[in-house]
Amino acid sequence: MPNMSLKKVPMPEQAADVRNKNFEEVAKGYTAEMAVEEATRCLNCKNKPCVGGCPVNVHIPDFIAKVATGEFEEAYRIITSTNGLPAVCGRVCPQESQCEGKCVRGIKGEPVGIGRLERFCADYHMANSSEKAEKPQSNGKKVAVVGAGPSGLTCAGDLAKKGYEVTVFEAFHTAGGVLVYGIPQFRLPKEIVAKEVKNLEDLGVEIKTNMIIGKTLSVDELFEMGYKAVFIGSGAGLPSFMGIEGEDLIGVYSANEYLTRTNLMKAYRDEYDTPIIKSKTVAVVGGGNVAMDAARCAKRLGAETVYIVYRRGLEEMPARKEEIHHAMEEGVIFRNLNNPVKIIGDENGRVKAMECVEMELGEPDDSGRRRPVVKENSNFTLDVDTVIMAIGTSPNPLIRSTTKGLETNRRGCLVVNEETMQTTREGVYAGGDAVTGAATVILAMGAGKQAAKAIDEYLGDK
Amino acid sequence: MYKIVKKRQLNENVVLMEIEAPFVAKKALAGQFIILRVDEYGERIPLTVADYDHEKGTVTIIFQIVGATTKLLSTLNEGDCLKDFAGPLGKATELDGVKKACVIGGGVGCAIAYPSAKALFNNGAQVDVIAGFRNKDIVILEEEFRAVSHNLYITTDDGSYGEKGFVTDKLKALIEAGNQYDLVLAIGPVPMMKFVSKTTEPYGIKTLVSLNPIMIDGSGMCGGCRVNVGGEIKFACVDGPDFDGHQVNFDELMRRNSAYKEQEAHSRENCRLYRKEAE
Ligand SMILES: Cc1cc2nc3c(=O)[nH]c(=O)nc-3n(C[C@H](O)[C@H](O)[C@H](O)COP(=O)(O)OP(=O)(O)OC[C@H]3O[C@@H](n4cnc5c(N)ncnc54)[C@H](O)[C@@H]3O)c2cc1C
Ligand SMILES: Cc1cc2nc3c(=O)[nH]c(=O)nc-3n(C[C@H](O)[C@H](O)[C@H](O)COP(=O)(O)OP(=O)(O)OC[C@H]3O[C@@H](n4cnc5c(N)ncnc54)[C@H](O)[C@@H]3O)c2cc1C
Ligand code: SF4
Ligand code: FES
Repeated sequence: MPNMSLKKVPMPEQAADVRNKNFEEVAKGYTAEMAVEEATRCLNCKNKPCVGGCPVNVHIPDFIAKVATGEFEEAYRIITSTNGLPAVCGRVCPQESQCEGKCVRGIKGEPVGIGRLERFCADYHMANSSEKAEKPQSNGKKVAVVGAGPSGLTCAGDLAKKGYEVTVFEAFHTAGGVLVYGIPQFRLPKEIVAKEVKNLEDLGVEIKTNMIIGKTLSVDELFEMGYKAVFIGSGAGLPSFMGIEGEDLIGVYSANEYLTRTNLMKAYRDEYDTPIIKSKTVAVVGGGNVAMDAARCAKRLGAETVYIVYRRGLEEMPARKEEIHHAMEEGVIFRNLNNPVKIIGDENGRVKAMECVEMELGEPDDSGRRRPVVKENSNFTLDVDTVIMAIGTSPNPLIRSTTKGLETNRRGCLVVNEETMQTTREGVYAGGDAVTGAATVILAMGAGKQAAKAIDEYLGDK
Repeated sequence: MYKIVKKRQLNENVVLMEIEAPFVAKKALAGQFIILRVDEYGERIPLTVADYDHEKGTVTIIFQIVGATTKLLSTLNEGDCLKDFAGPLGKATELDGVKKACVIGGGVGCAIAYPSAKALFNNGAQVDVIAGFRNKDIVILEEEFRAVSHNLYITTDDGSYGEKGFVTDKLKALIEAGNQYDLVLAIGPVPMMKFVSKTTEPYGIKTLVSLNPIMIDGSGMCGGCRVNVGGEIKFACVDGPDFDGHQVNFDELMRRNSAYKEQEAHSRENCRLYRKEAE
């Protein structure tokens, strides 16, 4: 008999007023008992709506059935047959709009905690298995992957399993992309990303850091070096600013800079040299995951007051529900329907306030969301000493401007054939945020997978 | 890991290191820079490629000890390795077609200006160099500059070596004496670059300066290096580091560079090294 509880087995979490002062993981993960109990809520539906909601088609009811009977390793094997990074996905995927959004149990009550179960299986495997991936027999063909984010790592892993000699070229000093520089430790411990990267290395993937393609080497030079195909997974890392007065003041950061200092460069740990401004009152501008992460980091770095300033309503925020909920619990103050118009500095050029206007929602725009319009004479100032701009990013022009034959669209995204992920240049493939603009981890992984398949077909008869 | 194959102390506070970095060495051009990290706990700091050897696969950096990271770096010796060394970054200085140039270096800025003087000289341009220092004890690269210039003028603030005065005095004198430069390249402390730009403006001489904002990635992803040039926001790491000196907002740059002043002072006091020394 399935467990008919309307609620998910609750996730053990650090208390909000404790965790907002440390960088340890917020959600501690299910115990084996909790996982089994949650797994028994699954109805094992014949038509598997949840699988249709998953961009990489994880065999959801099958793995959950194994969890229910305590066969955790078997469950892990089922997940990893289609998803190479389950410990990551279980933590950061927007399940509410993917698998769990389609789950039958969600019609009346909460859906099955698919993400939590996926995470449990991955963590269980990491803790209990000493099995080491083996380097497959080489087929002698070299492939270059540019960027060690989820798309590049997935593409590299799939190709390595097929016997290709894969080298990943990463601009930063550490592999992982947004998983290491953007998403904070308290949501995704970096040790997990490092383990996934180590797995790839065991498979024979070579990771070369400090290699900025377009600068250190060009795509053409990669071909000259004997790489037969190139996958570009360089992400969408170019930060946007609003173009308002005062953005040059000290204390104005892009979310990318703030998060990089904090997560990649570990400004929160004493043993690291990285400086970051010690803020008292912070305004984060934006409403996505990036804004939530920046706000929650600011809180943990000691800010007393942290605002999220977003021009639309709470309902329209693109961030994951769970992140919004966590941020609120941790004491972040939401100023929805507010928009900055100017940042004000003191005599030393440091931020002292931000002038905003109130907004109201008008007619729906192209994206279908109601367009925010300024309320007349609603200007007010917020006293803040730090402003973090989290209003979006776009692909970095470095590669497209140094590589012939790569077409991009109006937003600077690489144009690809959607089936094969091949760019407008033969032998060059691309995927992830570099193609879609800022999106999700799982979509980036899906694109890396698709490209690996196409590259294998392309090189199969070469 | 990137091995230090040569180390030389140029003056009390300035150190030269030649580093094994074949990929960077192969591509580097005058005006470009690298970003390094000494070890796992270190900051990423940008330093200009002062010279390179394609054959040996080495890159030379010359740095002044100003704070925690440069201090830590200066304690390493030949045979030691750097954790990270990425580049070459930024745009190369545009030197094509220049027939007569005045290259001006202030202090450690001389190290940054040297590769451009050398490239101009090798391109067959007429090269005058003005190298300014506070005093005799900190003069660096005299021999090197002499080899790549037609005229080398050294100035010191106190007159203890070369001519007494600022580089701008010498520049003005040279222009007034009828030298027709089609490029002035000025690299050094921000106020020096500001005043060189002011000096050349009335004569309408093209003036390039090399900006040194705080950087992290050096590839255009953080925006920390943004500078105001001609009223537009530019990312110095990808759009520069060279910019038209007549368009740069120097005051803003000076302000932004002081962002971490307190913490830098703090980290000098509490720096891992200084802590070690105290133990
Ligand atoms: C703060 C933040 C929070 C997020 N939260 C979530 C979340 O909760 N859930 C979710 O699903 N998604 C989230 N996202 C989005 C998700 O992280 C991205 O969609 C995903 O990482 C894209 O993967 P990618 O492989 O395309 O690119 P990236 O992860 O951006 O990786 C690109 C890599 O390429 C490297 N690179 C760039 N240029 C070059 C070059 N020229 N040469 C060599 N290397 C280069 C970069 O250094 C980087 O390592 C978040 C994003 C951010 C910024
Ligand atoms: C493109 C570029 C090329 C440079 N080339 C040279 C060079 O060839 N030789 C040389 O001696 N110096 C050079 N610099 C300056 C050098 O990067 C700084 O002196 C160094 O980062 C100081 O670090 P610190 O920890 O020792 O000192 P700190 O005490 O941290 O800082 C001292 C000063 O250095 C600046 N600074 C600190 N961190 C950074 C950073 N991450 N990026 C940029 N500036 C920073 C600050 O404005 C501060 O005023 C260059 C800077 C840039 C941007
Ligand atoms: S839709 Fe929900 S209940 Fe049905 S199989 Fe999928 S997870 Fe189980
Ligand atoms: S250093 Fe980060 S954008 Fe220039």
